[in-house]
Amino acid sequence: MVNITINGIGLQVEEGTTILQAAESLGISIPTLCHHPDQEVKASCRICVVEAKGFNTLVPSCQYPVFEGMEIQTHSPKVRNARMHLLELILSRHVQDCLHCARNGSCELQEVSRQLHFDKTPRYPYVERSNIIDDTTGSIVRTESKCISCGRCLYVCTNVQSVNAISKIDRSFNVKFGSPYNSTLAEGPCVNCGQCVQACPTGALTIKDSTDKVWSQIGGKKLIAAQVAPSVRINLAEALGEEPGTVSSGRLVTAMKRIGFDLVFDTNFTADLTILEEGTELLGRLSGGGALPMITSCSPGWIKFCETYYPDMLDNLSTCKSPQGMFGALIKTYYADSIGKKPEDILSVSVMPCTAKKFEAARPELSADGIADVDVVLTVQELANMIEASGIDFKSLPETEYDAPFGLGSGAGTIFGVTGGVMEAALRTVYEVVTGDTLDNIEFEAVRGFEGIKEATIPVGDLNVKIAVAHGLGNARKLMDKVRSGEADYHFIEIMACPGGCIGGGGNPIKTWKKMKPRLEAVYRHDRELPLRKSHENPAVTEIYAQFLGEPNGHKSHELLHTHYVDRSEVLK
Amino acid sequence: MTMLKETRIVLRNMGKIDPVSATDYRAQGGYAGLQKALKMTPGEVIAEISASGLRGRGGAGFPTGKKLDISSKVEADQKYIICNADEGEPGTNKDRIILSSDPNTVFEGMAINAYAIGASRGFIYLRYEYPSLFPLIEAALQNARNEGFLGENIFGSGFSFDIELVSGGGAYVCGEETALISSIEGGRGEPRSKPPYPGAQGLYGKPTVVNNVETLANIPVILDKGGEYFSKIGEPGCTGTKLFTLCGKITERGVFEYPMGTNLMDIFETHGGVKDGRDLKGVMIGGQSGYLINNTQMDLKMDIDSCRRKDATLGTGTIMVIDDYYNLLEIVENIMTFFIHESCGKCTPCREGNVRMHEIIHNINVGKGKMEDLELLEELAETMKLTALCALGQNSFYPVITSLKNFRYDYVRAIERGQR
Repeated sequence: MVNITINGIGLQVEEGTTILQAAESLGISIPTLCHHPDQEVKASCRICVVEAKGFNTLVPSCQYPVFEGMEIQTHSPKVRNARMHLLELILSRHVQDCLHCARNGSCELQEVSRQLHFDKTPRYPYVERSNIIDDTTGSIVRTESKCISCGRCLYVCTNVQSVNAISKIDRSFNVKFGSPYNSTLAEGPCVNCGQCVQACPTGALTIKDSTDKVWSQIGGKKLIAAQVAPSVRINLAEALGEEPGTVSSGRLVTAMKRIGFDLVFDTNFTADLTILEEGTELLGRLSGGGALPMITSCSPGWIKFCETYYPDMLDNLSTCKSPQGMFGALIKTYYADSIGKKPEDILSVSVMPCTAKKFEAARPELSADGIADVDVVLTVQELANMIEASGIDFKSLPETEYDAPFGLGSGAGTIFGVTGGVMEAALRTVYEVVTGDTLDNIEFEAVRGFEGIKEATIPVGDLNVKIAVAHGLGNARKLMDKVRSGEADYHFIEIMACPGGCIGGGGNPIKTWKKMKPRLEAVYRHDRELPLRKSHENPAVTEIYAQFLGEPNGHKSHELLHTHYVDRSEVLK
Repeated sequence: MTMLKETRIVLRNMGKIDPVSATDYRAQGGYAGLQKALKMTPGEVIAEISASGLRGRGGAGFPTGKKLDISSKVEADQKYIICNADEGEPGTNKDRIILSSDPNTVFEGMAINAYAIGASRGFIYLRYEYPSLFPLIEAALQNARNEGFLGENIFGSGFSFDIELVSGGGAYVCGEETALISSIEGGRGEPRSKPPYPGAQGLYGKPTVVNNVETLANIPVILDKGGEYFSKIGEPGCTGTKLFTLCGKITERGVFEYPMGTNLMDIFETHGGVKDGRDLKGVMIGGQSGYLINNTQMDLKMDIDSCRRKDATLGTGTIMVIDDYYNLLEIVENIMTFFIHESCGKCTPCREGNVRMHEIIHNINVGKGKMEDLELLEELAETMKLTALCALGQNSFYPVITSLKNFRYDYVRAIERGQR
């Protein structure tokens, strides 16, 4: 422990504590911009500088570790002057279109400016960093004039995700963060995971907005049929200002109905369907028919990553479409038929935690005769924006049931929203199908939690099934390298592109690991509260096989619920 | 007027030996310092260097003995010595002169440093723009290895040390030690915030001592002749000699070695004063991030502490003479263009500040200046000094701020002319 004083207040903190952390423990708020609690220290924006006795210069509080006897002033006139001037320099390079920016109200630069009460016109003329707006991916928009060069996107794309779609270009005044060689994101290895959007303090990286595509159809001729992903009910309330981990399963249906969605279905239903399809596929592969390990295919960021960096292992991917993809196909075929509508008369909207789902929905594999299975993908954040724009007080809404026939989902579907969830859901079903026994404990602790790579061996009948779970593409890469080299001999692997799984997806409200914990707890709490917790016990699933699909992995399933992948490694050349 | 005579410690072998020949160097008493050091304990070697009072010649003036002492006490399976030969300071050529005339003295200094801290590998990070030096140093290294002064079991002592020559990245900022280390590792040449200092966590995360060429070139002499001998040269607290690069409008340009504390006016006059008989306007001392002083401030002792006391800097020892033909503001504007080009762009104050300074000075220069601009320049300089991440941004404004002080009339006149 070391003894220090901050603003005259003496305190004892652990060795290695940064000044910022020590100040926070006293309730002193120091503004930061490049600092992100989940990232390595960059100490580049310098807005967090403080005065330390005996130093000629100010020191960055996010980086500097305290030492015995250190005397710190966090808000002295000297510090304030320097901070204001730094902010003035930053604002002179940041386009002042706050009132019509996607991050208006949630921008960290805006917050710092507000905190410091910066209320004068910058003395330096505005110089635009760059006029490039890159919306080529259809998932993410990069607006370079809003970038403040903090480097948080680069860190997450490189160090966390190992996608390497963003690099630091040029130097000095011209330095910028963008696609290598000034190409576009779509031309590079970007997988649309949106973790950069999550990391960006300003509106330089935002979700590609699709709300207009829905607004313009409301009250129109098309039937608006929406599906809502498992994790949306976990994070939507948070996006509307409630505490992280506030489940809003029924309220979100009410809100969507009030906005003007005709039907609100539950993607948990196709999550259950996925388990039956994927479980059957796994059993088939285990008995000698296909590549092992089999790897899950629900996460479109992961799929594009695999197509780009591991094209030699596409056979290992489950051929199952994602729950979004299955749902889209069913809406435009089975459901359209059942209500006597043509597929083009239905606007199929999905609400997802994920920016990459926008890319997935645009894949040609997810369409039939030129008609997309999913017409519009909204992220949690976009739905929250629509609710707010509709003047709805979300907190006080009554609950509404999801619509039949796709309104019933199990707890196994719900846990798709968190890392390890697909694996656990599959195990609940595969175990019972193979052994014919009922599981005593359906909660597989080994696959739960935020450890980067989780491994376990699960006895299922005569076979010890070796499984692994990875979340975050950096972890996926580590795992895949082991599989590729033959070092690992798993049977079944779950991979989610985003750290934490879907509840950490790029389309959610801005996250930190601290917020992720209550989100995770909410997923498992919600699972426990549901009457149905196993996919194969979902009567709606049984019904659709009886009515329409026939059997898992049968002819109809293959036509509608399964897909194929393409080698995208060309972008690396 | 005092006519000075050079005191050649660092340049003791210049012109006397074939620079690539290790045997020539040996014949002049070379590697005797290393031989002595290897018979001492590392602690004794550090004590000898500390006793000499030697301070870093790269600009910061940190005591070399102390730097070695810190790294020697860090436990690690591998440590490194880096010779910083990324001499990027415009108008400074001292390291090039040392390396081209006597590279072995640098190798020997590195080997002694390595022995002192327990390192077995060294790197010379050579400025990219010194292409002619690469083959010369490679050849000199090979000869030194062949003669057994580098490599395994040097002088039968059991101590092994070898040096690798690394090309610089062509960026000024790579002279900053953490940027230099990042560059050797293959990363962007960008500095990082300290601590940890390289002495504890440097190249590949291992304790690393980074010393300037000139600093290293002094070390063989200190070991050979003793720290006490060295400490009597120069000024108390700032011992030894200093290489001065004379450039700009001075009659005799070049690199010259004088004891620390030599008077600036004497150096100026010894080398012929202003070229072509024009009048002296001022002098830029210490390199591009140095200080601009006027012709009434020439009575200045050129050593680290005396310069600091007079609100000046010794820096790299560069003396750029400016005659009355020049518009000083154009010179300052030009210097800021250099820093705009050379800032790595990582931290806010340096990335944005240099450009804004240039913008303001340019405006004043073309008659669009306002008196408030001078205040803004001072305020911006203060912000950069207090908040920039590395020495580049913490110093790049000095030409501006010192010229504002020492040539204020030039600014005021330019502003007033513009307002007419």
